Amino acid sequence: MPVNHTQAILDGERLALTRALTQVENNSTEGLEILEALFPHTGNAHLIGVTGAPGTGKSTFVNQLALAYRKLEDGTTPPRVAIVAVDPTSPFSGGAILGDRVRMQDLAGDPGIFIRSMASRGSLGGLAAATAGLVQVFDAAGFEIIIIETVGAGQAEVDIARLAHSTIVIEAPGLGDEIQTIKAGILEIADILVVNKSDKPGADNTLRSLRNMLSLAQPNGNQTMHHGEMTEMDPEENQTPNTWIPPVLPSVATTGEGIHDIVNALGAHLEYLKVSGIWQEREEARLQDQLENLIATALRSHWEKRIPEDTYQDTLAQVIKRKVSPWRAAEDLILGAGL
Amino acid sequence: MGDTQSKIRVLIAKAGLDGHDRGAKVVARALRDSGMEVIYTGLRQTPEMITEAALQEDVHVVGLSILSGAHMTLVPKVLKLLKEQGLDDIKLFLGGIVPDDDKPELTKLGVTGIYGPGTSTQVIIEDIQKACQ
Repeated sequence: MPVNHTQAILDGERLALTRALTQVENNSTEGLEILEALFPHTGNAHLIGVTGAPGTGKSTFVNQLALAYRKLEDGTTPPRVAIVAVDPTSPFSGGAILGDRVRMQDLAGDPGIFIRSMASRGSLGGLAAATAGLVQVFDAAGFEIIIIETVGAGQAEVDIARLAHSTIVIEAPGLGDEIQTIKAGILEIADILVVNKSDKPGADNTLRSLRNMLSLAQPNGNQTMHHGEMTEMDPEENQTPNTWIPPVLPSVATTGEGIHDIVNALGAHLEYLKVSGIWQEREEARLQDQLENLIATALRSHWEKRIPEDTYQDTLAQVIKRKVSPWRAAEDLILGAGL
Repeated sequence: MGDTQSKIRVLIAKAGLDGHDRGAKVVARALRDSGMEVIYTGLRQTPEMITEAALQEDVHVVGLSILSGAHMTLVPKVLKLLKEQGLDDIKLFLGGIVPDDDKPELTKLGVTGIYGPGTSTQVIIEDIQKACQ
């Protein structure tokens, strides 16, 4: 890639940026060169993941969160905000409808905001394979806040926790009883839990059961049950530099109610990540994850090049006839490729 | 690395002040089912918003749905803004109520395809695929 193109992206030129995002998303040779050239400039942005079930209000919430960051009234220049919104690809046609922008109309016309929609293109786990790459491009382009909105996720789409520094899980009233809250999966990855649509009936119940769930995990957490009465303690008193108790916060994303508390909680979480050294740990884990994924992909494509299609089809036929077990077949095919 | 994947990306926008979005949704759905990635932006988009979204999403095609009769105002504005942003390689398609008399003028301005009520979605899909080759 020409040096001046890299420079244009670093300078935040929007046309260069958008074209770079496409190359990275398409996993083209140019896209790889772009990532290569930008890599030394990454590692500065606060990556915020927003996940939760379909219809809990993730896009509307992201809209408000971005607005709040752009209107921070602490006298400093507001951070530039990038949004990567992932929606599912149809497993049948390979097409997708990316509709997250519909809820983000308030952000139009602000040059400090850049929204990019992406289709999951067959990835499970709530993100697309290229999401991490897109985030790195935004990071290099100087966006201080990068919000990543996942596919409407069920219980196990937890990839976002590996990518983001701070993960917000959005819940809404009426989505399940207390047993749902102690299952493994999506709630475990939350750094901040938000009960959106908290003006709806049942919101108090949802807030309470999520807080109960957290108090099971953190018996000395932010609240205790005493003789059947809930005693709430100030979460801030219980946060120490080396522990983080995920706060459970209400919001109404359609009006923006509660958003400022959430921005403050994100600020506190960032502070905690830096002071405790966990920021560094997460960066290391993320880069290791990325490296391992790249090796896995490269090994696979190397293997595909070296194993003749006939050999593969013959072995597969043997497996289908139950003459050879899939385990044995896999081993033979890997050895057969000289790996 | 793995395979290079490239998809036709289409922005579908309802320009101006009309709230009839069924046609836009039908087209969006049909394009999805033909394997395209459709960015749906919703109602009451200004030419500025459409251009900004087209830039951020790096689409190949913008599909405008206009049923208000304001196409002779909105379409030239969108084309001009796209050009100013360096996006003149984007193909513009127009759907809605467009009188035959206006069509030559719009085509001359640079609109790739114009579709009225009753158009088969297959025709639109094929035209977009052809325009993106």
